[in-house]
Amino acid sequence: MDTIILLTITGVGLGSIYFLVASGLSLIYGLMHVLNFAHGVFLSFGGYIGYEVARIIGIETWTGFVTACIAGALAGGAFALLTELLLIRRLYNRHIEQVLITVGLALAAVALFGGIWGHDSIPLFGPEWLRGTTGMLGVDVPNKNFIMILGAALVLIGLQLFLHKTRYGMIIRAGVENRSMVTALGIDVRKSFALVFTIGGIVAGFGGVMASYYFNYISPSLGQSLLIFAFIVTVIGGLGSIGGAAVASVLVAILQQFANYYVFGTGDVVVVVLLAVVLLVKPTGLLGKKA
Amino acid sequence: MKTTKHLQWIIGIGVVALLALFPILPIPIPGILPGNTNTPGSLDLLILCLLNVGLAITYRLLLGVTGLLSFGHALYFGAGGYIFGIMLMELEMPFWWAVLLNLGFGVILAGITGAIALRVNGIPFAMVTLAFGQAGLVLVRKNSEITGGGEGLNITKPLQEIGLAFPIRDIKYPFWIVLTIIVVIFLILTLVEHSRAGHVASAIRENELRINVLGIKPYFAKWIMFVVAGTLASTVGMAYIFANRAILPHAVSAELTIAALLMVVLGGLGSKWGAVIGAFIYTILNNRLIALSSSDFVTGLPDFLRIPLKEPLFILGVLFILVVLFMPGGIHGAYTRAVAKLGLRKQAKNEEKLAA
Amino acid sequence: MSEIILKVENLQASVSGQQVVEDVSFEVPAVGITALLGRNGVGKSSTIKGILGLYQRQGNIIFDGQPIQGLLTHQIVQLGIGYVPEDREIFSKLSVEENLRIAERDKNPNRRYVAELFPDIEARKAQTGGSLSGGQQQMVSLARALINSNKLLLVDEPTKGLAPKIVTEVAVALEEASKTVPMLLVEQNLEVVRRLAEDVIVLDAGKVVYTGKAKTLLADEALTQRLLGVHSEGA
Repeated sequence: MDTIILLTITGVGLGSIYFLVASGLSLIYGLMHVLNFAHGVFLSFGGYIGYEVARIIGIETWTGFVTACIAGALAGGAFALLTELLLIRRLYNRHIEQVLITVGLALAAVALFGGIWGHDSIPLFGPEWLRGTTGMLGVDVPNKNFIMILGAALVLIGLQLFLHKTRYGMIIRAGVENRSMVTALGIDVRKSFALVFTIGGIVAGFGGVMASYYFNYISPSLGQSLLIFAFIVTVIGGLGSIGGAAVASVLVAILQQFANYYVFGTGDVVVVVLLAVVLLVKPTGLLGKKA
Repeated sequence: MKTTKHLQWIIGIGVVALLALFPILPIPIPGILPGNTNTPGSLDLLILCLLNVGLAITYRLLLGVTGLLSFGHALYFGAGGYIFGIMLMELEMPFWWAVLLNLGFGVILAGITGAIALRVNGIPFAMVTLAFGQAGLVLVRKNSEITGGGEGLNITKPLQEIGLAFPIRDIKYPFWIVLTIIVVIFLILTLVEHSRAGHVASAIRENELRINVLGIKPYFAKWIMFVVAGTLASTVGMAYIFANRAILPHAVSAELTIAALLMVVLGGLGSKWGAVIGAFIYTILNNRLIALSSSDFVTGLPDFLRIPLKEPLFILGVLFILVVLFMPGGIHGAYTRAVAKLGLRKQAKNEEKLAA
Repeated sequence: MSEIILKVENLQASVSGQQVVEDVSFEVPAVGITALLGRNGVGKSSTIKGILGLYQRQGNIIFDGQPIQGLLTHQIVQLGIGYVPEDREIFSKLSVEENLRIAERDKNPNRRYVAELFPDIEARKAQTGGSLSGGQQQMVSLARALINSNKLLLVDEPTKGLAPKIVTEVAVALEEASKTVPMLLVEQNLEVVRRLAEDVIVLDAGKVVYTGKAKTLLADEALTQRLLGVHSEGA
């Protein structure tokens, strides 16, 4: 029983990180039909900038952690905005080329990060409390899980408020459903493309700082390795659905934790099997729109 | 257009014949090969070029012919290499049995994963193939007692012991064998492309709607292409472990698929020849860029130039972005445009003559 | 001869490489309803989509004295065109209210006018678009076009698949709207055409094969049969 509780809570914690990558990815895909291979790069960049900022203020202090989160979010957002304006925009509606561009960018950026910060992981330890545990329901839960869940919950609420309470959010939701009809109502959808990219970048950059404090390291490929799970999550959750991404993130991570513990460390393979099952039963994903 | 097609084949045969002579002729190609063509270093690099050609032309069958953007192509390449190695080393199977079984396994693996992945199209397909590839990579990394984990799998047995009777230490022979395999794969791909399923597949790329109207199942045609590409990639994987006597997890990774993507896009999706040229350029560039990164010239530069220049993948990534943005159709596209331009000029000249 | 609001010359349109409109030329007067007729699949909807730039197109399109063939869809619509697409295309995950709000372009949208015209959807503002019946969705789609003060409406098969009672309601709404804004109406239901349309344009195989008065065409049983494949009385 104790193990089950522990695995569930740590699963939700890991799922929170998946969600921070997958939500932006899903939104970008939903609206623009761009598979953003560079999304992990926004995350790593946010992580590194957060690390640099935290180093100045104090990695082990809470002020350092919070400032790092803000700096990482801004860095990720700025990187993403530039990517959209300089690269993606030029290939409007040419989806394969857009993917290729993001692949090239990911390759170049990961190599560049390696050149600047070194190819090996940099170890990183946050505030004392983050590294401790809290007794809960009879088990010692690592505290970092609570922070991850809190961060993801704030992002989820923020995104939902933005999508449902603002005109831009409304346009994005409508665009995910039927982009050409939005233009046929006289709205320039392309304006919201840069916006969606920036939001995705902000969330990913924030996620980069969170992930580096969760895994206790930052490396050039941290983002790209999380990206693969984020892809799986977005397909399972349904492309373009934030709610679907949230549900699938947690589902995938919990499943991974349980399979790793009970079935000889097969977590990653089980996740891919889940993906195959979802595709066979419901190709549009759990909460996806009809094709 | 017919004549350029013929010309391509004549040049192709000429290049293959020339390549076949490389191990016995000491030809220096400065700047590209590390030494004369018959030196082991040069032959190693050329073998790598040829294997990458195999990877690229099989990948092009997916992306260029069928219009499928797969991020899991390396899975089949890596599976071919690893399973072949395991069969020879762990299971001590006879060489030719291992080859046959491996081909069969390639068909089954690509058949099952393809059947599932093709339930979705376009970008979701890319994501799903990526996930399958990732699962393969995890399996290789986790089962280190069989696969060697991060250290890779090595073939330590002399090949004579497993039924091959030639002096394997002499790199000439692996070179010729790999060359033969790649040429055969090239010919098979040509046949497949011109088969009925190949025509349907390329029609799907143009317009899936129209095919549906014609009443031919696009799913089946795409599946055939996927299985052919996967099985041939696993054959290239076998050739890889045979020639290198070792294989690393990188062979199953998305990075390798992306490398294949780079080669194909660089060379141009429009033709197999483009993919061949793209693979050669990619491999040699990658090799030379590593040499460049440690050269005195680069280490002497200020930081803002030195840091990017010592990262080969940074340069390749940027080059790739530039090709996608400014050179649609890659090298093949640029070549066709140049030929068309020349043709127009010739035509204009002829018309001038007629007018005069 | 009244003023012309829309002039289409040699319009060609294609979707994913396939040509769906061959060569279409016609004019739409600045008052009343002009019907665009033709059998299924002759390119009526594609013509509308070509005008709006939703499909790739070539040719000259003059709207309100201004060439629009080089403009993007949203720019064309902003010049004052309201579009009611075939199959309604309302946003099923957005509420009815959001469906209307997203369509508002004018500083002072005609909210009251739309509410009076469609009391039924006014009462269902909080529901999601997907939960409405086909007829109600059509009302929302029409309301989206009427909430702004447009210079032209492009209305594509508004009565398709609707029950007879709803067809009448839609026709009444269109008749009411046509008092203030000219309309190009694609319609299969000849009763509706007879009731609403002044002029007709008939397409066949991507080309214009007839232009004239609605009355004249529908009075000629044989011609209607030949051009539209239906009896003018039967519908």
